[in-house]
Amino acid sequence: MSEILKDYLPLVVFIAVAMGIGVALLVVPFIVAYSNPDPEKLSAYECGFNAFDDARMKFDVRFYLVAILFIIFDLEVAFLFPWAVAFGQIGLFGFWSMMVFLAVLTIGFIYEWRKGALEWD
Amino acid sequence: MILPALFFYLFAGVCVASAFMVIASRNPVHSVLFLILTFVNASGLFMLLGAEFLAMILIVVYVGAVAVLFLFVVMMLDVDFVELRQGFLNYLPVGALVGIVVLIELMLVLGGAVISPGAAKSIVTPIPQDISNTGALGLVLYTRYIYFFQAAGLILLVAMIGAIVLTLHHRPSAKRQSIPAQNARNTANSIEVRKVASGEGLQP
Repeated sequence: MSEILKDYLPLVVFIAVAMGIGVALLVVPFIVAYSNPDPEKLSAYECGFNAFDDARMKFDVRFYLVAILFIIFDLEVAFLFPWAVAFGQIGLFGFWSMMVFLAVLTIGFIYEWRKGALEWD
Repeated sequence: MILPALFFYLFAGVCVASAFMVIASRNPVHSVLFLILTFVNASGLFMLLGAEFLAMILIVVYVGAVAVLFLFVVMMLDVDFVELRQGFLNYLPVGALVGIVVLIELMLVLGGAVISPGAAKSIVTPIPQDISNTGALGLVLYTRYIYFFQAAGLILLVAMIGAIVLTLHHRPSAKRQSIPAQNARNTANSIEVRKVASGEGLQP
């Protein structure tokens, strides 16, 4: 086993413990919990009315916009990690390369701020 | 030595099985959840290859963001599950074409490995032992490959502006809070004393 995989062995143990707890919490209610199924317990309850509509309806495209803007800044941060790790070796050129990259995205950030894309009306 | 092989078969098996379930499950939301499982297992495979940065980015970007986006799209489509099954035969030729292309590519890769087993060693850049994976990436990405890096930044800018142009439309009827306008109010410009003639209302 290579060095790098040895570093991740604790992660495997962690995931195994997490899965163990998760599966236990899923299985234990089936065994010990008092069960009295009734269709009314699972039916939609809407403040005393019967449900008007299916829950699977169209919703505002604005959620999608928020998700897209999140992905873009997520990727920007992803680019920052190798830069930070190699910061000591890439010199002034690497520094200004990242600054130009950040400036380009800051232009986009100012644009979305001024357009009001971050506001919810 | 047995442990990495064991994990490879675990990750690869779950990856293929969940990738199959992406196209086989009836509910599109379940498909997206299986897609997340595929991503996580592919990230495990990257980790076994020693590409730890790629594995972590796969988790952060694909599982954390792209899968959420897919869920939004699936929920926004207003899917009719019965109707969705009807178009299966219509999409079959295109799907088969893509499948055949991928199959040919896989056969080329496998065939190359069978014909000359040493060829792969000559094209793969060996991972230097004295430097971390992320550090090795950082050494070349921002200096040698600066054009690709800056192009990635411009693509992100275009994506940002495109998403805003396509989806953002303010309703003019919506009332917004303007904090500067609120703070700028004082008694002088918000209270007005008017003379009202007796028996007549005040027209604004």
